[in-house]
Amino acid sequence: MQWESVIGLEIHAQLATRSKIFSGAATAYGAEPNTQACAVDLGLPGVLPVLNGAAVRMAVKFGLAIGAKVAPRSVFARKNYFYPDLPKGYQISQYDLPVVSTGRLTIAVDGEEKTIGITRAHLEEDAGKSLHEDFHGFTGIDLNRAGTPLLEIVSEPDLRSAKEAVAYMKKLHALVRYLEICDGNMQEGSFRCDANVSVRPKGQEKFGTRAEIKNLNSFRFVEKAINYEIERQIEILESGGEVVQETRLYDAAKDETRSMRSKEEANDYRYFPDPDLLPLEISRAFIEDVRGELPELPDEKRDRFKLQYGLNEYDAGVLTATRELADYYEAVVKAADSDPKLCANWVMGDLAGALNKAALEIEQSPIEPGRLAGLIRRIADNTISGKIAKQVFEALWESGETADTIIDQQGLRQITDTSAIEAIIDGIIAANPQQVEQYRAGKDKLFGFFVGQAMKATQGKANPAQLNELLRKKLQ
Amino acid sequence: MSLTTEDVHKIAWLARLAIDPAKAESYARDLSGILEFVEQMSTVDTSAVPPMAHPLDQAQRLRPDEVVETNQRDRFQAHAPLVEAGLYLVPKVIE
Repeated sequence: MQWESVIGLEIHAQLATRSKIFSGAATAYGAEPNTQACAVDLGLPGVLPVLNGAAVRMAVKFGLAIGAKVAPRSVFARKNYFYPDLPKGYQISQYDLPVVSTGRLTIAVDGEEKTIGITRAHLEEDAGKSLHEDFHGFTGIDLNRAGTPLLEIVSEPDLRSAKEAVAYMKKLHALVRYLEICDGNMQEGSFRCDANVSVRPKGQEKFGTRAEIKNLNSFRFVEKAINYEIERQIEILESGGEVVQETRLYDAAKDETRSMRSKEEANDYRYFPDPDLLPLEISRAFIEDVRGELPELPDEKRDRFKLQYGLNEYDAGVLTATRELADYYEAVVKAADSDPKLCANWVMGDLAGALNKAALEIEQSPIEPGRLAGLIRRIADNTISGKIAKQVFEALWESGETADTIIDQQGLRQITDTSAIEAIIDGIIAANPQQVEQYRAGKDKLFGFFVGQAMKATQGKANPAQLNELLRKKLQ
Repeated sequence: MSLTTEDVHKIAWLARLAIDPAKAESYARDLSGILEFVEQMSTVDTSAVPPMAHPLDQAQRLRPDEVVETNQRDRFQAHAPLVEAGLYLVPKVIE
């Protein structure tokens, strides 16, 4: 039997506000436990939530970026459940009237474009953190995170493979960072994902029973967990069993998902409108104001890079994957004032490789755009060869010097003086009469030997194209 | 609408209330009475009335995104039965 998997993702993006969604406590990550949890976050009696305007703005910004409807009126609801890191006994969320609905995002997998529907995005507060390490049989509760604003982004079940799910998640990750509404730090939990996975016989319209996999905090885990889950469900169905609708947890160490909650504790959240909060009304003027703040979005930037810099789809896609990388690239092109393709090759090649090796992000690059541009200018004007450029690149990385200083200090200037190269070639020909004879007798492979000798004599500084041409002429 | 004793046990569980099983039947009767009383409202035709999220006909006011709270952990934790290393301690929630 041929099976088809059906996947929908729920992504929680922590909004990059300074204060919490309903209180004036700070949201900074990594503070001492419970030092950023105020009376509202603790759910003490008599407190009232007041909505953070910046969180609303960010939700609207996201809605506009995915071509969604921004609700003129939306409502906050209480989602009721008991857990120690949720002091009020309910989470303030949105239920039947979310702030953002029916948007879309286009992804590309293996060169194929596909539009993924986004059902809704709603505002809610995060819960605190439970620490299950050994506190002599107790659980420790840190409520610093309680009340941090989240945007929960729910996709349609439009994804058909783990690969598509990852492509969608990456696209969304880039988007929220472009919009500067979320720092996207997955290690700190600022961007996390739950995946709904089911399988059905290919061609069948009705969805199979789904399982929800919780708390996937890296792209790699999303891919592995979904693939594991698809295999697990197919195995059950092929051996005549039935998939149980349940919540499962991905165990990265064992690379498997396992059941998290038993059936008798089936959730019953009893949503109802929160009487402490009035309906959220968003005016046309507010929406237009936010629209005016929208930056160039990833897809627009990619298309502009193709047009303006003559880059191919792949290069433009890589260079616009993050706003920081795109900004870096554009700064290099501007400063180098030469071949944008050559600039792209250096940013995506040697620089990206070196950053990757040093585990640095582009914004932490030891080579500033201006200094990389200085190197590229010297390649473009033939001052140095491509091979020597790699040597200069290393020196740029190690020191704060400019490419010009390094080239001068280390005497790396390319030899383009025809008579100088000719003199060197003459010397090599005179010193190797046997090889010259063999070459002239038809042993073409020896050409490389002469190139090698010439490069050795010039410490790699001879212009390769010029050297080849002159050598060929002299050896005739 | 009338509630069964099973409903009463479920509601009590959801609200984390301990109830005397012997009283479940009388609770079911009393709660059903309350529901029936409220149910009289459903005889009113509301098809032309938009649903209301809040009794006040006003919109939510927005707060500027500013940190105005200071660290008062010691005061808050003075009320907690058990704290350690700045954390509130509660009975273990998972095995």
